[in-house]
Amino acid sequence: MTITAEHLSYVYHPGSPFAAKALDDVSLTIEEGEFFGIIGHTGSGKSTFVKHLNGLIRLPSSQKHYKKPKAKKGMPSPVVPSLKVGEYDLSSRKTDFYGLRKKVGMVFQYPEAQLFAETVFEDVAFGLKNFERDMKEKETEAAVKAAIEVVGLDYAAVKDVSPFDLSGGQKRRVAIAGVIVTKPEILVLDEPAAGLDPLGKKEIMALLHRLHGDWCKTVVIVSHDMDEIAENCTRAAVFSEGKIVYALPPKELFLKADELFALGLDIPLTAKLRLALLKRGIETDCDFTVDSFVDAVLKKRGGAS
Amino acid sequence: MKNFDLDIEEGEFLAVLGHNGSGKSTLARLMNGLLLPDKGTVEVFGTALTEKNLYDVRRNVGVVFQNPDNQTVSMLVEDDVAFGAENVGLTREEIGERIAFALSAVGMEEYRHATVARLSGGQKQRIAIAGVLALKPRVLVLDESTAMLDPRGRREIMDVVLRLNREEHITVVLITHFMEEALLSSRAVVMNRGEIVMQGAPSDIFERHEELLTYNLTLPRIGEICKKLQAGGMNVPDTLDVEILAEAIAASLRSS
Repeated sequence: MTITAEHLSYVYHPGSPFAAKALDDVSLTIEEGEFFGIIGHTGSGKSTFVKHLNGLIRLPSSQKHYKKPKAKKGMPSPVVPSLKVGEYDLSSRKTDFYGLRKKVGMVFQYPEAQLFAETVFEDVAFGLKNFERDMKEKETEAAVKAAIEVVGLDYAAVKDVSPFDLSGGQKRRVAIAGVIVTKPEILVLDEPAAGLDPLGKKEIMALLHRLHGDWCKTVVIVSHDMDEIAENCTRAAVFSEGKIVYALPPKELFLKADELFALGLDIPLTAKLRLALLKRGIETDCDFTVDSFVDAVLKKRGGAS
Repeated sequence: MKNFDLDIEEGEFLAVLGHNGSGKSTLARLMNGLLLPDKGTVEVFGTALTEKNLYDVRRNVGVVFQNPDNQTVSMLVEDDVAFGAENVGLTREEIGERIAFALSAVGMEEYRHATVARLSGGQKQRIAIAGVLALKPRVLVLDESTAMLDPRGRREIMDVVLRLNREEHITVVLITHFMEEALLSSRAVVMNRGEIVMQGAPSDIFERHEELLTYNLTLPRIGEICKKLQAGGMNVPDTLDVEILAEAIAASLRSS
């Protein structure tokens, strides 16, 4: 499923003194199979954008009392925002949002705060049971087992345990299992690694790579951590003041250090090292992952000798 | 915690590292009597902490927690910062002065009459620090206070904390997952299963790479790059500074 957004705009509290433009004419295409990153500081519109993807925020044209703006004579025809996620046209009122949400899994920030059931099994099964009401018990059990195992937990050991008795990292895995259990094609995660210790972060990112491809075709992460973006993403979009400033692979994006600094954003460590080396007359050609940076540096030496 | 000994000197900037569940937060809660030890004692400025003197100790030891949204009690910034000071029974004039002092210390003077709910995470966390500062404590404990903030918010908090330590000579105990933050401290301790397993200057601790890994901690990313370059046979030191590493790489390339 490809995500195609055209001319999306969104205003919070329109017409009130607190009106705030969160999205301003955003167009973006995310291809099937990408591991896509969304960057931008707080209030840049990234969460608002992401909430559009499974219809948590609806386009005006998909709402009941929508009136199509009329073209006036002599004026350019009004811009019509549109959003397509695979076969779902989110600008239409007739969209099957229920079906859409099965295909687009959404993991919010600190998803462990949303755990509620008495056992891990029930918590993970909850979404599935609601989406697939006529699923047989055996099938549900198999799906839940598969989801718990793919997130790296021992099914037999945790299924009857209260999710609240698990560690922070384990809780987050359970919460993710509860979303991926319906096998969404697109998995969207808002700051999946926030608040975890360094090892927990590494494990969560490894988990997302394990899911990416076989389990969920496309993964979209919102992240503040530039190193995380450089290390994991095929492409990343930079949001600022409701607009998309860049949508590029990390290899190209992090060459724009000055531009990113000007937006109040940081660059990954590898990009900082590249700049420091450049000052000393050494060019390194890498995609900004740690390994490729190290390779590039070591290769320099090989070439010289 | 078991058999835990730690002395923190006045004016020190101490970082406490450890993976989830290593006992870091328990330590924070023991320092101002939110928890009392089953065995042993906690002494603050020479007084052993007991149930009777809890409130006096808390005036001196302020704790800022992780989630900014859980630490605000009032609608307005001014009221929120005043909350602690009001509760210890200061006079109205004095509270006014304390609010002014605390807000300027965290760089939020302009927001005195703002609504807390409309602030960013970093700003809310600075208000939480201001609320603690209004009591003029001599020790500030930050229990993963930057974990939920974005990089900009994190920088704001670290700037404020560093300044308080250097200019106001407030003792800082910084409990954190972020190895980069621990680098700012004068001493770091690593906790594991309720015990101190490593301590020393942060740069010394990060040199003991293998040992850190056994406690489920990782090096700051730059340390990882140093190790990988060394593994590739390049002569670079263990450093946590971008410029030093770049210089070492340049020197090594020149000599080859």
